[in-house]
Amino acid sequence: MTVSPAHTAPTAPTATTVTTGGALPGGEYDVTIVGAGVVGTAIARELARLPLRIALVDASDDVGDGTSKANTALLHTGFDAVPGSVESRLVREGHLLLSAYAAATGIPVEPLGALLVAWDAEQLAALPGLAEKALRNGYRSARIIPAEEVRAREPELGPGALGALDVPGESLICPWTTTLAYATQAVRAGVELHLNCRVLGVTSAEVHTVATGRGPLRTRYLVNAAGLYADEIDRLLGHADFTVTPRRGQLIVFDELARGLVRHILLPVPGALGKGVLVSPTVYGKVMLGPTAEDLDDKTDTGSTAEGLALLREKGRRILPALLEEEVTAVYAGLRAATGNDDYAIRAHPEQRYVTVGGIRSTGLSASMAIAAYVVELLADGGLPVAGARDLEPLRMPNLGEAFPRPYRDAELIARDPEYGRIVCHCERVTRGEIRDALASTVPPGSPDGLRRRTRARGGRCQGFYCGPAVRALFEEARR
Amino acid sequence: MSHDRTVDVLIVGAGPAGLALAARLAGAGAGHVEVLEREQDAGGVPRHCHHGGFGGPVRPWLTGPAYARRAVRAAMVAGATVRTGVSATGWAGPLTLETTSPAGLERITARAVVLATGARERPRSARLVPGSRPAGVLTTGELQQAVHLYGQDIGRRAVVVGAEPVVRHAVRTLRRAGAEVVAVVTERPRGTAVPGVPLLTATTVGELRGRGRLSGVVVRHADGRTGILACDTVVFTGDWIPDHELARRGGIAVDRGTRGPAVDASFRTSVPGVFAVGNALHGVERAATAAAEGAAAAAPVLARLAGAPWPEAGPPLVVRAPLLWVTPNRLTDLTDLTALARRPLLLRSGEPLTAPVLTAAQDGRLLWRRRFPVRTAPSRSLRLAPGWTDRVDRSGGPVVLAIG
Ligand SMILES: Cc1cc2nc3c(=O)[nH]c(=O)nc-3n(C[C@H](O)[C@H](O)[C@H](O)COP(=O)(O)OP(=O)(O)OC[C@H]3O[C@@H](n4cnc5c(N)ncnc54)[C@H](O)[C@@H]3O)c2cc1C
Ligand SMILES: Cc1cc2nc3c(=O)[nH]c(=O)nc-3n(C[C@H](O)[C@H](O)[C@H](O)COP(=O)(O)OP(=O)(O)OC[C@H]3O[C@@H](n4cnc5c(N)ncnc54)[C@H](O)[C@@H]3O)c2cc1C
Repeated sequence: MTVSPAHTAPTAPTATTVTTGGALPGGEYDVTIVGAGVVGTAIARELARLPLRIALVDASDDVGDGTSKANTALLHTGFDAVPGSVESRLVREGHLLLSAYAAATGIPVEPLGALLVAWDAEQLAALPGLAEKALRNGYRSARIIPAEEVRAREPELGPGALGALDVPGESLICPWTTTLAYATQAVRAGVELHLNCRVLGVTSAEVHTVATGRGPLRTRYLVNAAGLYADEIDRLLGHADFTVTPRRGQLIVFDELARGLVRHILLPVPGALGKGVLVSPTVYGKVMLGPTAEDLDDKTDTGSTAEGLALLREKGRRILPALLEEEVTAVYAGLRAATGNDDYAIRAHPEQRYVTVGGIRSTGLSASMAIAAYVVELLADGGLPVAGARDLEPLRMPNLGEAFPRPYRDAELIARDPEYGRIVCHCERVTRGEIRDALASTVPPGSPDGLRRRTRARGGRCQGFYCGPAVRALFEEARR
Repeated sequence: MSHDRTVDVLIVGAGPAGLALAARLAGAGAGHVEVLEREQDAGGVPRHCHHGGFGGPVRPWLTGPAYARRAVRAAMVAGATVRTGVSATGWAGPLTLETTSPAGLERITARAVVLATGARERPRSARLVPGSRPAGVLTTGELQQAVHLYGQDIGRRAVVVGAEPVVRHAVRTLRRAGAEVVAVVTERPRGTAVPGVPLLTATTVGELRGRGRLSGVVVRHADGRTGILACDTVVFTGDWIPDHELARRGGIAVDRGTRGPAVDASFRTSVPGVFAVGNALHGVERAATAAAEGAAAAAPVLARLAGAPWPEAGPPLVVRAPLLWVTPNRLTDLTDLTALARRPLLLRSGEPLTAPVLTAAQDGRLLWRRRFPVRTAPSRSLRLAPGWTDRVDRSGGPVVLAIG
């Protein structure tokens, strides 16, 4: 028997507020969160339990359109964090919270486990230290395995693997559905989401007056979850504790026929020359190779480079030679919010009724729910009334994961609604029913790319050769 | 629950190849011949090629859509069932396909299965073109559908990338949509000249620029000069790859050169009962070539239905650089010789050839040597008369085709 995932779930109930243009609603908000990435939406969702008026604003036309859409999509255990850091604690807690939330909400997660493969004597010698560090991070299941076991568990691995650290708790997760689930639940519980709404300035008195591209917004409390721009928002409030340096990570995604080549998340052993690149399946049934690590000064430079791609291919050929023979589906890059400090920069400024959530570097997806709980604690310490919390309405998200039933294979669902049998995007097997649902959902996409993050439409090997115009037509029709 | 059905012949893909085969088979009384097409309309790629030049022999006035309609009608008149909106999504057995359509899920078992799934152009990502990921980046397939089937807006200034004849169709479609074509760019030393459009040869696209919408492409000439072409649209053409996913998911051997299913001269794949025809075998040839392959596969499919055995795979036919691929690329038993006697082999080179001397050798023994008094471009296949293949030792090693 197949369990049907929710397909029509996030259709907008009448009373929700998502705005994309025009003047902002008047009045005073209790809390305003700047930035609707995975961190900002998680905070909005956590605050949505409270009887408060809350705004979530983002400069982009969609939620999750910054770093949260372009990462390696792993739900980390925190085994390799800096012991004793805030990040270590929040990733560990976040892993537990998000694992449970994902199961309840239908966010695809695959607990494949990771192998940190050692390719030379130096890396092999580093494994015991990493195992011991995992223990200090409260992670007890890591163990060192010999070369034969590595080979038996990953038969396609290139020659020369000397051993590995086995970390069974590391998982794949869908980053798009995670952010969207938080945002959907928050909006349904009354959070007002304002998109295309860039914060330009803040004047603080009894209340903050936030100047935005869509006019002023008044709020008592302010949360800065602006990702790469968290330092700039901080400066608007007179703080200069940290500077964000974008650290670019380029990635290559190989087509689903490569999926059979790899069974675990193959993490690099961090060494003197940086963190190295990983090879990992994705929940969409593909295989990812990357990321690079390049410090830039342009916070918008999410382009790929010839050098970056050549480097990835060279490293990938060593790790999994057969991978390079497969077709490439996508190339993308994300920017980590590095601060030069080995920890998150989460700071409370109670006198200003302001919390900064900065430096959420390369683990923010994993830690998001724990970060949110921590931020609400900090706001409460600063005087935000937190009485009267209620449970949120449960949510079921449409499934994008290959390891779970998808509509095109669900006979009962198609019998109920034949639109789930009408495949529009052939490479990714996305049906018209799913596209229709996404376009009518609580937080609808602002662009064809947003539609892709909700359905996978146009995200496959042909990149639109077959389905591009059909998908575009459906998007434009819904916007008319 | 899936619905289980049985047919005599199941053809996946209602393009010129699948339809031509269906017409022949149904006309020859092959029983229930069913063609599955995942699009809402049958006809394949010609549906959105609004220019003339289809048919065999070429008819300048015959447009793609008209050609497609004829092919669909011919198959239906002959008695084949053509079902649209039905996707073959995988295999439930060696000769059983799983399908999805608005009518539900099916498992269709056939006595012979034919893959006629066509080919697509490699998109920008698969070509590893660096830069940003703006809107306005297309393939010819997407461009033609957007303009001819959907009447969508394309942009104002376009760059076309590629050297194959399809460049002309991309330029024509862009102009028809009201865009100015700024340049045709190809890394090859020679390209496809289009009147009124500058042709930049020996030039690569080094980077795409622009956020939101494409703002330009960085081009780099082999001599080191670089520049930026301002444009809001770029079309990546050619660089075909067979749609081989269904074949590979069925465990069907794929040829290293063509990346399509490996077949013998009777279009037999490595899996007994499964045939493959058309662009699924080799990337884009003319529609008439794909259709001719479909028609030629009728005899071996009928033989299979009549109980002919499935021969063991013989030696593979392989190529040496600069040759890219040859098809057919397996040499099986003697029934092949009759098939080969009628059909030429198709051979592609990655570089232009002037009066090449081709050789075929097996286990160090020269089987054949011939001079071709022609010039061929990398976008055109050489046709080799097949007579020499009767000298192949069926139990010997690979047969190697090379430039002598
Ligand atoms: C290559 C790479 C790989 C990674 N891999 C992983 C991984 O495997 N697992 C994991 O857990 N984490 C991973 N991460 C980290 C993770 O992606 C980030 O920590 C997380 O996405 C940060 O979320 P955020 O909400 O803080 O930032 P963002 O997603 O960037 O959100 C910030 C938002 O603020 C908005 N904004 C900015 N300025 C303004 C303004 N002035 N006004 C209004 N809005 C504004 C932006 O539009 C944006 O939407 C990776 C990161 C990268 C780059
Ligand atoms: C831009 C362009 C211009 C061209 N111009 C000319 C010209 O002027 N003259 C000329 O002779 N030729 C031209 N051609 C070439 C010609 O269109 C092709 O050679 C011909 O269409 C190939 O036929 P086919 O049947 O092999 O494949 P296709 O036409 O590609 O048909 C394959 C069909 O299979 C279907 N399919 C694939 N997988 C599945 C599945 N799993 N389930 C169900 N259905 C499936 C597809 O939807 C498709 O309809 C042109 C091609 C292009 C791209």
